[in-house]
Amino acid sequence: MSDTLAPASSATGSARPAPRGARAWRSPGGRISFLVRPRTLVVCLTLALVSALTLVVSVSVGDYGVPLSAVPAALMGFGERLDVFFVQGVRLPRALTAIGVGAALGIAGAVFQSLSRNALGSPDIIGFTSGAATGAVAAILILGAGRLVVSLGAIAGGMITAAVVYLLAMKNGVQGYRLVLVGIGVSAMLASVRDYLMTRADLTDALGAQIWMIGSLNSRGWAEAAAVWIGLAVLAPVIFAVGQRLRFLELGEDTARGLGVSAQSTQIIALAAASALTGAAIAVAGPIGFVALAAPQLARRLTRTGGTTLAGAALMGAALLVLADLVAMRLMAPTQLPVGVVTAVIGGSYLIWLLYTEWRGGRA
Amino acid sequence: MTDDASTRLNGRDLTLSYDQRVISRDLAVRIPDNSFTVIVGPNACGKSTLLRALSRTLKPARGNVLLDGEVISSYPAKEVARRLGLLPQSSIAPDGIGVADLVARGRFPHQSFLRQWSQQDEAVVAEAMASTGVSALADRSVDELSGGQRQRVWLAMVLAQQTPLLLLDEPTTYLDIAHQMDMLDLCADLHAERGHTLVAVLHDLNHACRYATHLIVMQDGAIVAEGEPATIVTADLVEKVFGLPVRIIPDPETHTPMIVPVDRRGARREHD
Repeated sequence: MSDTLAPASSATGSARPAPRGARAWRSPGGRISFLVRPRTLVVCLTLALVSALTLVVSVSVGDYGVPLSAVPAALMGFGERLDVFFVQGVRLPRALTAIGVGAALGIAGAVFQSLSRNALGSPDIIGFTSGAATGAVAAILILGAGRLVVSLGAIAGGMITAAVVYLLAMKNGVQGYRLVLVGIGVSAMLASVRDYLMTRADLTDALGAQIWMIGSLNSRGWAEAAAVWIGLAVLAPVIFAVGQRLRFLELGEDTARGLGVSAQSTQIIALAAASALTGAAIAVAGPIGFVALAAPQLARRLTRTGGTTLAGAALMGAALLVLADLVAMRLMAPTQLPVGVVTAVIGGSYLIWLLYTEWRGGRA
Repeated sequence: MTDDASTRLNGRDLTLSYDQRVISRDLAVRIPDNSFTVIVGPNACGKSTLLRALSRTLKPARGNVLLDGEVISSYPAKEVARRLGLLPQSSIAPDGIGVADLVARGRFPHQSFLRQWSQQDEAVVAEAMASTGVSALADRSVDELSGGQRQRVWLAMVLAQQTPLLLLDEPTTYLDIAHQMDMLDLCADLHAERGHTLVAVLHDLNHACRYATHLIVMQDGAIVAEGEPATIVTADLVEKVFGLPVRIIPDPETHTPMIVPVDRRGARREHD
């Protein structure tokens, strides 16, 4: 560390201009060229594999066990009728919902953290989740609504809260810490609104609302799986399209602009798409905590890219949630825990670890 | 729009403001081609604001910045970034990003969806790192570097943009004296050997006089003097602009004007 500046001439020979850990891939003639990061590929493939294996285990185990050897047939709709019913009708849609919701939360968390340039800037912390929960609780307690209206209430609550937080935090562009602080303030206010609603509700409704607020995948079927996957199919491409620009915004708005990246349009597109994606996930499964917070950071540490990896965050979110749901189903079987309880335990430990290491590293 | 007096980068009738607060009114500025232009002035005189307007990070409330004869905001963002590079006052290196990764970001304006890392990208990034002396750091994380090294890495990123115009906002601010001179020598070499047109905002008048081929002196949002430092820098000018009585002597090294504040320790006390 004692050296300061290597003289330009002596260093030229050892220049290795490709970014660390990346390899260039070019078509003959060089018209098409890409940077390939083998480590990122390995991490992504491993995470996809973990999700796939967990899915297979999830559809096989349960109070009605289906032997692994019978799973492929049951998945295709052949085999014994009860096998097909449990595997294809009950457990597969639930596992697919878990994977979809996890991926959606992972992507959304990566976007929010990137925009706020803060590891704590996930939808959980900046008030989006709290807004969605308040919207849903209001729908349950005031309208006495069914699942569809509750979902719409959650999406509306989340979007309104996101818009309010964004507007309050904006002053000559969005400052990360301001987004986090405004979000914490708005969350606290929304929590008191929820508490007030609860005190006015009768016991059954309050219980229903309370269970909804933990976040659960219990009895989610094909309708929920379809909802979250359609959301992903529409919104994920939008976010991936601005993904590169998001990574440039992490360098600071002026720097990004200097490099030819238009800051505000990127921010607004990313924020809107990520909010809608969070909304879809919450509408389907309730406000499952910590996946959006932890998945992008874990993916980033594993891939070592020094920046947001959207694909990594998506696959990490998917793997985390489908694993957590398996634990939630089996840990106290036959009692099924809401998956939100499991993610809260995992996420809480992660958060403590994150803050501990950041403080020790002096980077908080 | 062009006339014979215009240069590649200039501003006309600029009114610059943040929200309602007007910093500059009816400002006209020309950056001479192939110059090393330095903008100086007391704190809050609007020098960084002017640089931000010239680099289109601040949109003028009135008037236009012209790049190659056209209004700068009429170009696509990437097109501007191929002609004009900017080193802002504060940049943020994401946690754990590598030096070569960061420098490679400078190639963005030259890349497209299918052409993300061409042979030319690789050659230019290597060249930018070599000319700023950071090649040996290529695999290090930016977090681990000293302030001087980090500033060189950011400069390498801007150089990788391969722009004829380079705008630098206080490039020496957080550096110690040795690294300040080091940075400025590097800038002077870029100007002299590679023909870049450089525009820098600097705090230190002596540095400005030593390195600038064209000096712009600002006060209260207006340009009060501009030209070659040896011609325009006088004790009267400095006292008027900075409110500081000075003597001007030739720099023994470069023979450019050197500003030495008048010793008023005794005088002060009498006034009090």
